[in-house]
Amino acid sequence: MNANQPNANAKVPMEAGLSRRNFLRNSAVFASGLAALAASLAPLRELEDFPSMDQFLQKYYKELTPEEMAKVLKRIEDEVERQYSLRPHVRDLKPLAGVEYVYALNLTRCIGCRKCVHACVAENNQSRTPEIQYIRVLRLPHGSLDLEKAEHNYNPEAVPEKGYFYMPVQCQQCKNPPCVKVCPVHATWQEPDGITVIDYNWCIGCRYCEAACPYWARRFNFAQPSLPKERLNLDMSYLGNRPRARGVMEKCHFCLQRTRAGRYPACVEVCPVGARKFGNILDPNSEVAYILHNKRVFIQLKEEMGTSPRFFYYFDV
Amino acid sequence: MMRPVRNYLFFLWRCARNAFNGDWRYYTWMGVLSVFCLLGINAYARQFAHGLMTTGMSDEVSWGVYIANFTFLVGVAAAAVMMVIPVYVYNNEELHDLVIFGELLAVAAILMCLAFVTVDLGRPDRFWHLIPGIGQFNFPASMLSWDVLVLNGYLVLNLHICGYLLYSRYQGRKPSKWFYIPFVFVAIFWAVSIHTVTAFLYVGLGGRPFWNSAIVGPRFLASAFTAGPALIILALQIIRRVTDYHITDRALLTLRSIVQVSMLINVFLLANEVFKEFYSGNLHVASSKYLFIGLHGYHALVPWIWTAIGFNLTAMVLLVLPVSRSLRWLNVTCVLSITGIWIEKGMGLVVPGFIPTPLGEMIEYNPSLNETLICFGIWSFGLLCYTIFLRMAVPILQGRLVAPGVTPLASAHAKS
Repeated sequence: MNANQPNANAKVPMEAGLSRRNFLRNSAVFASGLAALAASLAPLRELEDFPSMDQFLQKYYKELTPEEMAKVLKRIEDEVERQYSLRPHVRDLKPLAGVEYVYALNLTRCIGCRKCVHACVAENNQSRTPEIQYIRVLRLPHGSLDLEKAEHNYNPEAVPEKGYFYMPVQCQQCKNPPCVKVCPVHATWQEPDGITVIDYNWCIGCRYCEAACPYWARRFNFAQPSLPKERLNLDMSYLGNRPRARGVMEKCHFCLQRTRAGRYPACVEVCPVGARKFGNILDPNSEVAYILHNKRVFIQLKEEMGTSPRFFYYFDV
Repeated sequence: MMRPVRNYLFFLWRCARNAFNGDWRYYTWMGVLSVFCLLGINAYARQFAHGLMTTGMSDEVSWGVYIANFTFLVGVAAAAVMMVIPVYVYNNEELHDLVIFGELLAVAAILMCLAFVTVDLGRPDRFWHLIPGIGQFNFPASMLSWDVLVLNGYLVLNLHICGYLLYSRYQGRKPSKWFYIPFVFVAIFWAVSIHTVTAFLYVGLGGRPFWNSAIVGPRFLASAFTAGPALIILALQIIRRVTDYHITDRALLTLRSIVQVSMLINVFLLANEVFKEFYSGNLHVASSKYLFIGLHGYHALVPWIWTAIGFNLTAMVLLVLPVSRSLRWLNVTCVLSITGIWIEKGMGLVVPGFIPTPLGEMIEYNPSLNETLICFGIWSFGLLCYTIFLRMAVPILQGRLVAPGVTPLASAHAKS
């Protein structure tokens, strides 16, 4: 048809052009367009983790009935088995009544050995390639809490070094968590025991929480996470250390697969100098209650943010 | 009952036919855009298969050019309102029919915004989690949920206004005021809201001092009302050249005065921000230092931001001088403003917010080739959409594409 021709009222001009030649030409253009589109989509053949229908349609954690949850847990066990040829035990551990976890870390004692980092990676099935770690240990010069002076990649012969102190940072399990507020789909929330958790099957991967966190505690799976099968920790929990998928967030969850079963987090257990303390703040006889009542100085990191962390740093004074 | 539906489908069919026919220049233009779209689709397929590791983003800088372009384009979409206000509030006849071109640009910009957000998602397959009702929509707590609402609402509003006006014209009817004037006024407020909400995405993050500043919202609006109308000035001249649609120089100069005032405000607000950051000299200045002068030996963004500032200042001077009344200089000014603001608001706002990290680490960001191809693909897709929209709208506005049996309304814009 000719767009520049003034429109004749009676006859619609475009029908006129539908000849056999035009039809063939249009078909050829259309077919080559489709072929080009198909060719451009070729990289999709390398896709290995296309979501199954069950994964795609899985409901939100808080809406799953116990029966549905049992099915989901079994499906996740199957998935892990398929990937690693090892059968894990995946549970959905609920928060314990009358418990609110608090973490206290003694900055006078910490020697910066990073054993906590490694214990955390081993316990929580973090990806080894690419590397994901929940704990970052900062080396700071004496007398300053200015994080911009922190050295992240310190690598001396031996620790501790003269003139420095060390400050491990992980998820602070805030009482007023910015990450929960900004998540557009409620994929991350605070549980009654104070742990902020993530439903790895509900996260859409927008990384808004990662931008919101003042402690740089959240990690994103930019690639398919992978770890050697002999390193897999088979004691898993739905909201905790089960293997994560590509494209979702993860972070420290106070080892809830351990702590909700009455054990200490891996980082507490491994610390060689006893700098890490963990317990139930609602229990007046707990170690953390003692520390918060009796230590003269303790700090919440970036207190001015109003996030009110459940993670306290203290000094031996 | 079926008749109006059939008529409407026939209308869409004729519009589509129009969009797929043209001379060799049109085919070349569309062909080039299609090639870039396909390259973008190819790059996105790679990202979809391998994850966001194909981008330059990291846990340290977790948003990059996708979100930067998104932010810029929300501004372009919002700027359509700067043509609507003169026409409907001040009854400026010069811009009357041109409003449609502005609104169609807004529609294309919103489509690009939605594409940029989608390619930024780690799990686009879980998109439905965002849909109110069947997903879990964190409204009103999350600013992102606000953004989903206002952007889609703005898309629907503009589609309705353009679609209704064009279809009325096609049918040779005078549009009923009740069917679109209320929507036009809603759209004016809505346009401001889309950009304010997008600013609040950043402003609301207390852990990022670079963004956590009340002036970001006003700066967003000022820069949008500069870059948007500047883009429309260029678009209108292209329309005037490649079609026989008549657009007066006076209409372009009306838009120039909008760009002029907005640019002055924009530069003023930037100066405010720079003063506040550097004069007080507190520790939160790290990101600004990184952006403007470099920090601890890292200065990837320094040449970019000074280019942007240079462009903006030059554009401002040109806009104030009478020389920009000549179209040639006006075009130079528009290109400078658009580029300057794109840098300042994209890379200059999004990236330094992440550097240094909240724990003081310096990790820089460079977009990967794959990421860049996706960006080009989405821009081409947007231009493709805009071209198709214009290809449908221009003959309708000129009265050349009308319903069978209708005498076209007299149009001031059809050259004989």
